[in-house]
Amino acid sequence: MSEIKFNINGKQITGSGGQTILEAALDNGIEIPNLCHDPRLVPSGACRLCLVEVEGLNKDVTACTHKISDGMVVSSESEEVRGIRKTILELLFTEHQGQCATCDDNGECNLQRYAYEYQVSDEIIGQCQPVEHADNYTTGNKALEYDPGKCIRCGRCIRICDEVQMDTALTFMNRAGKTEVTTAFEMPLNESTCELCGQCISTCPTGALYERYAKGKGACQDLKRTMTTCAYCGVGCRIELNTNTKTNQYVRSTSPVGIIPNDGNLCVKGRFGFEFVNSDERLTTPLIKRDGKFEEATWDEALDLVANRLSEIKAKHGADSIGGLSSAKCTNEDNYVFQKFIRAVIGTNNVDHCARLCHASTVAGLIKAFGSGAMTNSIDEFKKADCVFVIGSNTTEAHPVLALKIKDGVVNNGARVIIADPREIDLVRFSKMHISQKPGTDVALLNAIMNVIISEGLEDKKFIEDRTEDYQLLVEAVKDCTPEWAEPITTIPADDIREFARIFATASAASIVYSMGITQHSTGTDNVLSVANLAMLTGNVGRECTGVNPLRGQNNVQGACDLGALPNVYPGYQSVEIEANKDKFEAAWNAKLSPTKGQTVVELMHGVEDGSIRGLYFMGENPALSDPNLNRTRKSLEDVEFLVVQDIFLTESAQYADVVLPATSFAEKDGTFTNTERRVQRVRKALDGPGNSRDDWQIVCDIANRMGYPMSFADASAITDEIAGISPIYGGISYDRIDDVGLQWPCLDKNHPGTKFLHKDGFSRGKGKFHAVKFLPPKERESKDYPFVLTTGRQLYQFHTGTMSRKSSAIDQKSPTGYVEINTADAKRLGIEDGEKVEVSSIRGKVVTPAKVTDTINTGWIFMPFHYHEAPANMLTIDALDPVAKIPEYKACAAAVKKI
Amino acid sequence: MKVNNKQVVLDMRPLDEILSSMPEISQGDLIPLLQQIQSRYGYLRRDVVCEMSRRTKIAVSRIYGVATFYEQFHLEPHGRHTIKCCRGTACHVKGAPEITEAITRVTGVSPGETTDDMKFTFETVACLGTCFLAPVIMIDDDYFGHLTVNKVEGIITNYE
Ligand code: SF4
Ligand code: SF4
Ligand code: SF4
Ligand code: FES
Ligand code: FES
Repeated sequence: MSEIKFNINGKQITGSGGQTILEAALDNGIEIPNLCHDPRLVPSGACRLCLVEVEGLNKDVTACTHKISDGMVVSSESEEVRGIRKTILELLFTEHQGQCATCDDNGECNLQRYAYEYQVSDEIIGQCQPVEHADNYTTGNKALEYDPGKCIRCGRCIRICDEVQMDTALTFMNRAGKTEVTTAFEMPLNESTCELCGQCISTCPTGALYERYAKGKGACQDLKRTMTTCAYCGVGCRIELNTNTKTNQYVRSTSPVGIIPNDGNLCVKGRFGFEFVNSDERLTTPLIKRDGKFEEATWDEALDLVANRLSEIKAKHGADSIGGLSSAKCTNEDNYVFQKFIRAVIGTNNVDHCARLCHASTVAGLIKAFGSGAMTNSIDEFKKADCVFVIGSNTTEAHPVLALKIKDGVVNNGARVIIADPREIDLVRFSKMHISQKPGTDVALLNAIMNVIISEGLEDKKFIEDRTEDYQLLVEAVKDCTPEWAEPITTIPADDIREFARIFATASAASIVYSMGITQHSTGTDNVLSVANLAMLTGNVGRECTGVNPLRGQNNVQGACDLGALPNVYPGYQSVEIEANKDKFEAAWNAKLSPTKGQTVVELMHGVEDGSIRGLYFMGENPALSDPNLNRTRKSLEDVEFLVVQDIFLTESAQYADVVLPATSFAEKDGTFTNTERRVQRVRKALDGPGNSRDDWQIVCDIANRMGYPMSFADASAITDEIAGISPIYGGISYDRIDDVGLQWPCLDKNHPGTKFLHKDGFSRGKGKFHAVKFLPPKERESKDYPFVLTTGRQLYQFHTGTMSRKSSAIDQKSPTGYVEINTADAKRLGIEDGEKVEVSSIRGKVVTPAKVTDTINTGWIFMPFHYHEAPANMLTIDALDPVAKIPEYKACAAAVKKI
Repeated sequence: MKVNNKQVVLDMRPLDEILSSMPEISQGDLIPLLQQIQSRYGYLRRDVVCEMSRRTKIAVSRIYGVATFYEQFHLEPHGRHTIKCCRGTACHVKGAPEITEAITRVTGVSPGETTDDMKFTFETVACLGTCFLAPVIMIDDDYFGHLTVNKVEGIITNYE
């Protein structure tokens, strides 16, 4: 962008072409007062506070809308414009109702700040009388509160809901003196199109919009802000935890505009989902089960018991009779220490975590095809992609802030989004084309798409020639997979498949986004290989705005995999079965390591049944709700000889434990999380943990020491330094380098800048490898007794097993319980009304839950979210596993729906 | 024209007709569109507006913003005739409060209300812009200026 030199208040400054006076001034550290400006929004010029004089113009201009030009001479502090500003502020205050002394926004409010700076007369400020307000769209809403008395009608909330969140839930109503912010027909917020992202609160310059939960818990001027990373999903939004140091309580979440990766935006979970930190249900002391009842214990008692029992089992049944589940919710440091404990102290590779249940097939498939199992490109690139192909990802619900970038690309950059998903997901509103494949038929669809591309000559011949191998295998494999062949399998008309394929193949830069709709199948690895085939076929890897982009679910599932909480690899994806790796780690850890790979999550549970697994140690995992075929899982938890659960709550799984160890939450510890775009970001301690709770890694170290293996670290940062020395992809990562902005691995040494997108000049494995993939139907087909295909997944408001998100009052009000989505025609045929309780069953179990009658799912298919313990979808799911990645088939099983 | 009130079962045919008579509807067409809907349905019914939003993809909040901005639009059932009584400063000093009372006496409804027979909706407005006629009222498109209390009944009963 071109440089532009101009003068402001006698000072020569440089801006870039296209910038407004306000933007350039702010960039240069010069503040021009403004109330309706937010860098995330299109300037509106509504408040007129930013008026400035420009030499040669005969009237003042608003700095937020006027573009800079070379040689321009601007004055923002002349007596005249200061006078106008003071008048504007006084006018705002004559209408302002509310007192700064009792306002939560005190210390944060821009109106207050300018009133001070411009010394608005006390007489005018003193006039404001708090009055009783009539009901408005937020009355009774537990997420946010709107106070028209404090509203300056700047319109920012309305614009951000429209321009950034693209929900258009808000509007002004009436005019002149009676203008107020509201929803359509003043309907309650939760009945509108609002998604409770709270972006409107984040942009409000006054206290007019505020989190209901935070009210009265401390005015902004008294809150401490700690910059950390969201503990919900893999987008890894940067969040400031606002805490009250007097009460040691979490109060609210904020996020600064301009920050990577979320630019001040959050979703409902990041904004309203952290009440759990303050919950009185938090574990505060170790518990030991005696005669079937939990009794409080000291740390010494509990740790001694765990160390003794694990040593006993190891001595009697061997190291491989013990298994550990690490956690994608815990920090990289916790994960590293935990897998080191299992490997070096217990002496087995039986360590795994819930990535097995979400992206194990990604890791397996992409390592085969590319040599690296992570998202190839970066979140920000979606804004500029020419085409985004979304398959099996309900992006706006599962990765909301990342979806903002995709929507931004569509609306502001003309990107074409094409979607293949069994359900009409929210992103369809922004898409060029949506096709709905029958659950479990992705390979058939992808092969047909590739068949079209090859037969119409749309493949990238040069890329295939230069960068890949085994292309002929693919050609052979998809030769007969015509759209006509795929039509009866996928239920998608052949011509639609053709059109879809052409849109994708003719894009100059096309990115593929996928998630659990691809991975959670008994053919998950095949699905991933097909996606990789498609990307290579069209030359969409190794360039900006392209790539194969698996969106990782949990906040730190990427990190937990990177740090070796997997049974087949040491930290940094170094195989345990390669002698040289074993030697290296044996030397580094000073311990004898097992040469064979360990058992996976579901295999560990099944191992209890035949007595091969005797002891289990869970750190922050809840398989009693997350694993498939729950009846079977729960039986294993009951039967296992010794179970230790380390968590922040007494979860469904913890109920089965012999010893429960209380851990600190993300808000109470230091560490790092790695987000879905491989960015290692800081987690910082904002509060003291409740009661006697302790950091996960410290607890693990204590057990190790008691078992005779000395393990201690001065702090979390020291663990990261050990990781850097042993895992090349994290080689250059240290806390001083990521203090401000996280680094994306591979980051090989202290001077390496990190990697924005992978496989630029060559694939990690050298050449990209095509695989022949044959379509195989799901393990379980519909039958007379179970005529529906059940698919399961997430929704926006809750997270995973709900241990955290269900403690939020705002979320609970919006999304109180589970449901089953069923097509209108099916519901009608079965005589089921919307909201009526129905019985959903599979051959494995039964669940009673309300029906949600909708047209967004096809007939014959039903959908259930898996977050709710009172309606656990996983009572029904099948534990058939992908043969390579051992991921269960959560996304397709046969089920029946019955009116009750 | 049929009188609409809350009891009338929703008939989407008029909406269909309006929408099909206007190809390629965009935000810019909102005002004429709402005028037509109001003239066919009597007022901007919530269910009709929501359906229109669904079909035109114009956000219902946007429509609501426009509908509440302009005084010409009504979100509640509305009488066949609208009586607007000015309460601006000029009219106020010349006796607008007494005129208001007189209208209430004749019609039986207070400002903001509609008569049971759906004949009149009575409103007060800030300034009708004809202060030289003060005190002034407006019924539909007709102005009545230099009013006195005893003229009110005669004027109103002229309307069917
Ligand atoms: S919370 Fe988000 S979606 Fe809801 S009104 Fe505010 S900006 Fe719009
Ligand atoms: S609520 Fe806040 S952001 Fe919205 S118009 Fe009022 S002052 Fe502006
Ligand atoms: S998008 Fe993900 S990381 Fe961002 S606030 Fe929401 S849950 Fe947290
Ligand atoms: S900030 Fe420029 S007009 Fe409001
Ligand atoms: S004050 Fe009544 S017309 Fe102006």
